[in-house]
Parts: sequence; C-alpha cells; structure tokens
Amino acid sequence: MAKIIELKKVNKWFDKFQVLKDIDLDVSSQEKIVICGPSGSGKSTLIRCINRLEEHQEGNIVVDGTELSENTKNIEKIRAEVGMVFQQFNLFPHLSVLDNCSLAPIWVKKLPKKQAEEIAMNNLKRVQIDDQALKFPGQLSGGQQQRAAIARALCMEPKIMLFDEPTSALDPEMIKEVLDVMVDLAKGGMTMIVVTHEMGFAKEVADYMIFMDEGKIVERAKTKEFFENPKSDRTKLFLSQIL
Amino acid sequence: MRKIFFIKPNISNLNICLPVGSFLILLSFLDIFLNTFYNLNPSFFIIGPVNKVLPLLLGMIGFYLIRIEYSGKKYLDIFNKKINLNNFNALCTLIISFSIIKIMPIFLSWFIIDANFVGDNKDACTGSGACWVYIKVWFERFIYGMYPASEIWRINISFILIIVFGLFGLFSNEKIKRYLILYYAVVYPILAFIIIYFLVSGGVFNLEWVQTNAWGGLSLTFIVAFFALIFCFPIGLFLALGRRSKLIAVRYVSIGFIEFWRGVPLITVLFMSAVIFPLFLPSGVYIDTLVRAIFAIALFEAAYIAEVIRGGLQALPKGQYEAARSLGMGYWKSNYLIILPQALKIVIPGIANTFLALVKDTPLIFVVGLLEIVGMTNLAKTNPKWLGLAMEGYIFAGLIFFLICYVMSKYSQSLEKKLSSER
Ligand SMILES: Nc1ncnc2c1ncn2[C@@H]1O[C@H](COP(=O)(O)OP(=O)(O)O)[C@@H](O)[C@H]1O
Ligand SMILES: [Mg+2]
Repeated sequence: MAKIIELKKVNKWFDKFQVLKDIDLDVSSQEKIVICGPSGSGKSTLIRCINRLEEHQEGNIVVDGTELSENTKNIEKIRAEVGMVFQQFNLFPHLSVLDNCSLAPIWVKKLPKKQAEEIAMNNLKRVQIDDQALKFPGQLSGGQQQRAAIARALCMEPKIMLFDEPTSALDPEMIKEVLDVMVDLAKGGMTMIVVTHEMGFAKEVADYMIFMDEGKIVERAKTKEFFENPKSDRTKLFLSQIL
Repeated sequence: MRKIFFIKPNISNLNICLPVGSFLILLSFLDIFLNTFYNLNPSFFIIGPVNKVLPLLLGMIGFYLIRIEYSGKKYLDIFNKKINLNNFNALCTLIISFSIIKIMPIFLSWFIIDANFVGDNKDACTGSGACWVYIKVWFERFIYGMYPASEIWRINISFILIIVFGLFGLFSNEKIKRYLILYYAVVYPILAFIIIYFLVSGGVFNLEWVQTNAWGGLSLTFIVAFFALIFCFPIGLFLALGRRSKLIAVRYVSIGFIEFWRGVPLITVLFMSAVIFPLFLPSGVYIDTLVRAIFAIALFEAAYIAEVIRGGLQALPKGQYEAARSLGMGYWKSNYLIILPQALKIVIPGIANTFLALVKDTPLIFVVGLLEIVGMTNLAKTNPKWLGLAMEGYIFAGLIFFLICYVMSKYSQSLEKKLSSER
C-alpha cells in the first residue's frame, strides 16, 4: 500500500536538547497508529513535525508525496490536508461553533459560504453537536468542545488526522463521548495518528502501537503483539504502570 | 461597653426608624443648605463646637436608623447597599455630599450668577464672575480660527459630509458588511482627504484658496485628530505585527521605529517636521505644514498603538496561532481572521487611552504655527482689548476637550461591552 507519511532518520533539537532521535516511521493510507510513552518523551513534537508546526533539523519527512523542508512552498496546502486535534481544543472563542467549522473551508478552500456551512453542519451532525452549532465555544462542555474541534478539522476533508492527547484535558465522564467519535472516524477509514494513553481505545482501533521514550521510538508493533508480548523492558514497565 | 443606641433598627421597628431617620437626614441637609446659600444658622441655639458638627451628627444618626437589612423596600435596600453600608460608609457619603453643597455657590456664582453674558466688549464685564462675553465674541475664532468668515460654510459642509460618510457602516446589510473594513481603512480616509482638500482648502471650482495657516480653532483640532487617528491605527497595527515577525529585517526595522518614536518628545518631532524634514525633500517638492504635523503626530502615536496591540497579541494563547495554521491558514489569513479580532478586542481600553492622549496632544501643533482651539485662546488672551481673560478661554477649551474625550471614552466602553457580549 502507498505510504502517505514517511519519516526517515528525523532528528530535532530545542537549542541543545535533542527531542527527537533518529525517528523512522511510515504510515499507509487508512492506517491507525497510536503513540504512547511517558510525558516529555517527544510524542507531541513528533506529530507536530508532521504538519510542520515544528521544524525538524535533520532527516526527511514526506507527507502525501511532498517533502517538508524550509523550501516547501505549499506548506499551507499540506496543512489543509492534515487535520489536527489539540489537547486544549484551541477552538476560536470569538466565533460560533458553526463559524469555527466553516471558516477554513471558506477562506482556505474558497468554498462558497453556503456550501461550507452545509459541510460544517454535516460534520457537526457526525460528532452529534449539530444542536450546538450557533453557540460559542465558551458555552459548551469540554467534551462538546473537543468534538467541535474534531468537526472543525474534518470540515477541511483531510486525508490524515493527528490527535495530540485529545482526552487528557477532559473530565472522566466526557472522555467516552470523544473516544466514540474517534472510533467512528477510524471505522470510516481515516488515516489517524493518535497520541493517547487510552489503551482501551488503542486496542479497539490501532493497527500499530508505538512506544516512545526520551525522543526515540523504543517499540513499534502490531497492537495485539504490543499488549500481549512487548519486547522492551521499558515498554513492559510503562504498560504495567498504565494498565 | 453598653450599646450607645438603645434601638437596634430592624424590620420590626421599620415604621418608627425609617421616618425618624429620614427626618434627621433631611434636617442635616437643610442645615447645611441654609448655611451655605442663605447664610443662616438654624441650629444657633446649640453653642460651641457641637454646632459645627451638628449636621454630621444628625446625618449619622439618621443613616444609622435607616440602615435596616432586608427591609423589604427595594429602594431602601439598594440605597443602604450602595452608600450606607456601615458607619464609615455613611460618614463618607455625608462628607462628600456636604462638600459638594458647600462648593456649589462658589462655582455657581463664578459660572452663572455673577457672570456676564450680554454685551460685545470687555467693558460689559462688570460682575465679579466669568466674562462669557469674551467667549461669545471670540466664538467664531475659537471654532474656525482665522478662516475667512464668508467661507465658513465650507468647513461646516465638509464636516457634515465626513460624518455622513462615517455613519455608512451603521446602515450596511450583511452583504456589504465584509467590505466595511476595506471601506474604513482605505476608502473613507481618502474620501475625507478629498473633501478637506477641495472644500476646505479650496483653490478649485471657483472656491477661494485658504492657506492652512489660516485654519484654526476647534475645526482644526478635529481635522488634525481625525486624520492622525485614522493613520496611526493601521501604521501601529503593522508595526505590532512587524515586531513579532520571523523576518529579521522586518522585526528590527519595526523595533527601531517604535523605540525611536517612543524615545523622543512629540514637541521635538513637530519641530523636526517643520524645520529639518523639508531639508530632505527634493527641491520643488513642498509638503504643507499641516500635512507634516498630522503625519508627525500619527507616526508618534502609532508607536504607542503598536505597543498596545503587541500586548494583545502576546496575551493570546499560542494554541490559537497553531490551530489557525493547522487548518491551512497562512500568516495574513490567520492574523486577519483569528488573531487580530481577539487581540484587538482585548486592547480596546489601551487603544482608547492612546487615542485620548492623541486628541489631547493636538494643541502642541502651535510649535509649527498652527493654532487649534487652545492655540486660539492663547492668541485671544493677548489681544489688548481682551487682556486678563485667560481663565475663561482655558475653561472653555478645557470643557470642549473634556466633552470630546468623554464621548470617545464612552464609545470605547460601549464597544467593549458590545464585543464581549457577542461571545
Ligand atoms: N518549544 C519548546 N522549546 C523547548 N523545549 C521544548 C519545546 N517544546 C517541547 N520541549 C521539550 O521537548 C520535550 C518533548 O516534549 P513533547 O514533545 O511535548 O513531549 P510529550 O508530548 O511526549 O509529553 C520535553 O522535554 C519538552 O520540555
Ligand atoms: Mg504532549
């Protein structure tokens, strides 16, 4: 199958501190990958490099056939193809939920307003908050906000979705409603890279598991194998703490 | 210690406490009032120092008696909560009210009672109060400067036109709303400039040419403030963005510009615009003093606006930038759609502050020979026929500045409220 994301020997530093060390990773279309690992291990940095919110210093990152580098002219085009969901939702507080969703399709994809709003409503329906469309983000619960953020990303009709700990800022009773939406999305065939510690979710949807520690990919394995028979001691330790 | 008051005012003795308390308060105010305005002392029968503080004493007891919690009377409850919460609060209320009553006659007599309104020269001012005749006679000059009296209609018409064009935004529907920013940022200033240039300046369409150094008074204040405001905002906005730019050249030029203009006093800048700036112009090119002064003020205030806006940009969480970027928005789109609407909303009070400072800085244009309203009062007070009337002129100019600034401040408050209720 065609690789939609390819990372080769990616290295990244913040000043002298090396966050990513020789990262190799490839993702095929429609694959779902879950990344886990202790805090500060570089998970966020890794997925943020994929839509170039962070710049890597060494190695190659190719997304959907385009290599990301300083010379990449169409970085906006790549970003439009890669949806991102943040831990802190990052909805636009000055816009209604509907406007949050239709803004980028109108201004980036240049769709007519009517069509963009139609798409927005469809996606809001998909995450089951179409009844909240005219409210402002501040009026929604955390779970609803995160679902709105997912809908906003989906409105750009991305080929890839990146999730950076989407449920970590949520109260426990709201985690499920967000995970349900993500499971649904996975079943619909979206290519997904998810940083999460929700292992139930991982077992249900992930094709591959990746365990990161200190900027390295320590283990990459099929989900079943990863949980039943992890190879590295560090993975075992981590899993024993988290499960 | 035994309680001084045997009555504890509460809802059960409301029917006694409220009338007695109100009566005592009334008495205290009556005493002060008669004392100040009619020079009477109704409490003459009480002698000694007690006489002096009697109103305060009566008032305090009165306030104590009506301080009834949950009285069931809405207005009494509000009154108690706002100005009669405790004894200290009541004391402050009384002292402030009494002071106002005490000061009033001084003001009233100077401003109105002993002031002179009729007549047309200084000799008409015989009373001990203000000589408003002076303002009346000079009124046209204070408003229009040395602009020829027969041509004043041109200023009036152009101001009306500018206001009418300015109100455009109020009557716009959804369809043209998206072009409003373009209208106010580009079209409106040009339009206003054309109006002022052709109508006030003249020299075309059979209109007599009036040099800018004949312009003056309040109308000049408005012209200078209006154009300086309109120009300084976009310049400040781009400077603020520039200062945070990733492009090193842009960043350092912005920083240099901002720090330079913040580092020199406005009066020096105006001097330079008049004296040094023309030296840099190629020969044959002439830029009017007024235009130079307006740009000097605009650039000066732009540096302050830039720093205010930068504060707003910095207050936004990084996630907002990242979310905009992750949706494929470039630099300009994310700023225009996501960052600036939020940042500017935060800094409305700071921008209003700078705008008010700008308006109050306009009198400084006297250093380049332009006399707006304060300049005109300065000129008028040196007129041999009207010597010694500086006070009236300054109070008049001060009141006008106060009015302008008050309106601006109120507008910024309402804008703030409107925008914060929109979310
Ligand atoms: N902008 C930054 N500047 C400097 N150090 C950073 C920055 N962002 C992250 N780091 C550091 O990089 C490391 C990895 O961070 P991150 O990718 O957020 O880890 P994770 O998401 O796995 O918790 C951490 O040690 C963090 O302190
Ligand atoms: Mg993280």
